[in-house]
Amino acid sequence: MFWTKVKRVIKSGWVAFWRNGYVSLASVLVMTVALLVISAIIYSDALLNSTLQNIKNKVDINVYFVTDAPEDQILTLQQQLNAQPEVASTTYISSDQALAAFKDRHATDQYTLQALSELDSNPLGAILNIQAKDPSQYEGIVQYLNTEDTSVASGTTPIIDKINYDQNKTAIDALNRIIAASRTLGLVLAIFFALIAILITFNTIRLAIYISRDEISVMRLVGASNKYIRGPFVVEGLLYGLSSALITIILLYPASYWLGPISDNLGTGINLFDYYLQNFFQLLVILLVSGLVIGAISSYLAVKKYLKI
Amino acid sequence: MIYFDKVSKIYSDSSAALQDISFHIEPNEFVSIVGQSGAGKTTLLKMILAEEYPTEGAVFFESANIHKLRKDDLNKYRRRIGTVFQDFRLLPNKTAYENIAFAMEAAGRSDEEIAADVPHVLELVDLGRKMWSFPGQLSGGEKQRVAIARAIVNQPDLIIADEPTGNLDPVNTFEIIQILKKINDLGTTIILTTHNKGVIDSLNKRVITMDNGKIIRDEKSGGYVI
Repeated sequence: MFWTKVKRVIKSGWVAFWRNGYVSLASVLVMTVALLVISAIIYSDALLNSTLQNIKNKVDINVYFVTDAPEDQILTLQQQLNAQPEVASTTYISSDQALAAFKDRHATDQYTLQALSELDSNPLGAILNIQAKDPSQYEGIVQYLNTEDTSVASGTTPIIDKINYDQNKTAIDALNRIIAASRTLGLVLAIFFALIAILITFNTIRLAIYISRDEISVMRLVGASNKYIRGPFVVEGLLYGLSSALITIILLYPASYWLGPISDNLGTGINLFDYYLQNFFQLLVILLVSGLVIGAISSYLAVKKYLKI
Repeated sequence: MIYFDKVSKIYSDSSAALQDISFHIEPNEFVSIVGQSGAGKTTLLKMILAEEYPTEGAVFFESANIHKLRKDDLNKYRRRIGTVFQDFRLLPNKTAYENIAFAMEAAGRSDEEIAADVPHVLELVDLGRKMWSFPGQLSGGEKQRVAIARAIVNQPDLIIADEPTGNLDPVNTFEIIQILKKINDLGTTIILTTHNKGVIDSLNKRVITMDNGKIIRDEKSGGYVI
């Protein structure tokens, strides 16, 4: 009997979905808008993450070594740094490379080049460029460098001339604050819009069921159980969710195609069309689950109101 | 079969829809309830269906207090009653066949029983041809016959007909009453409310007359007197 009932409930919900064509269409459209809002939230999050990552990657610190610092000591220090968990990458620039780069930069500046050629030796020391995994970790890395420096050069003069962290500190701190604030703001906005989308969908489904309130009372009078009355409406809600999720994922294709180059040109470091293609199944699952859950719960709650007699 | 024991229904604004109502309905009776609009007829029927709860007193169906039934038992109890209303109350998005099938599904009947009984009961009310029509495609008399078919398909012990002929022309009214009489002859108790003097006078069955929430007359084979 159980499976007969399940079969009847599914069939009844399916038939009602088709026969109430306009009501179903309206509900599906509203829910599609809601799911598009959720997609926009997902896209914004991807954009925000990628942009922040992009900015983070541009933050680095340079360690300037004294001119007579032995290269093997610098390379040892580089190896030690690479072994640190918070260090993303390091680049060693020898004093010769630094000189070549300097000359390149000042290729049009004859005076500087002339002044440089007056010198007997290379005035520039080697440079170690360090990128941390997160900008907040530079402080720790700088501390590590300062303690390591004295031990590497134990007894002798320190090999590190200066670290440009102190100059960049304010900028890095400000960036850290901006990143944290953007994340919080993004989360608050996402929750806000998701809530609005859910509420609008819930209200639409409630109206759709309000139209059926007399039917529900008739069903009660012929002695149908609450579950048996509610079942088909929940199936209808699930069908709204399923249809809306499919329509949304299809609509996202042209939208992403159009937004792809735009997002690329904005320097966000992400192409939304690529993002859509790469995360297609993930997006589809999120939309399906959101649609089905919102549809089923809305229907369940909306029918409840009319089951009280 | 049904026993009203000093039932009163007082709404919040202290107007009484029913006042101290007591009466008995025997199995296989055909009882008509008459009275002006607002006399309390519909409230009385709603009491039997447990759509309304009494403020005082109790309503019994075969010694069970229907307002104290558990949800499951209440559903089972309602399946023993067929209802017919003035406004038909068919499910608009279901065909005549499906409307009747729904009542059988609700009662937990098998697909085979449904496939066998629904066409049969539609033939009984002479609607075999309109089996696949939606309520919107049927006339008033046809809709009411579908409603009656739905009411009798589960072979109920009792049929409640609340002004079933209120929206029908004289020919359809006559046919509907004939169907109800036939059902009564086959052993089902019927409670009918109506404003139609001709119907009551032609029936020559028990008549309960109500006024202002009270029973003012109860005659074994009465006529329409207000």
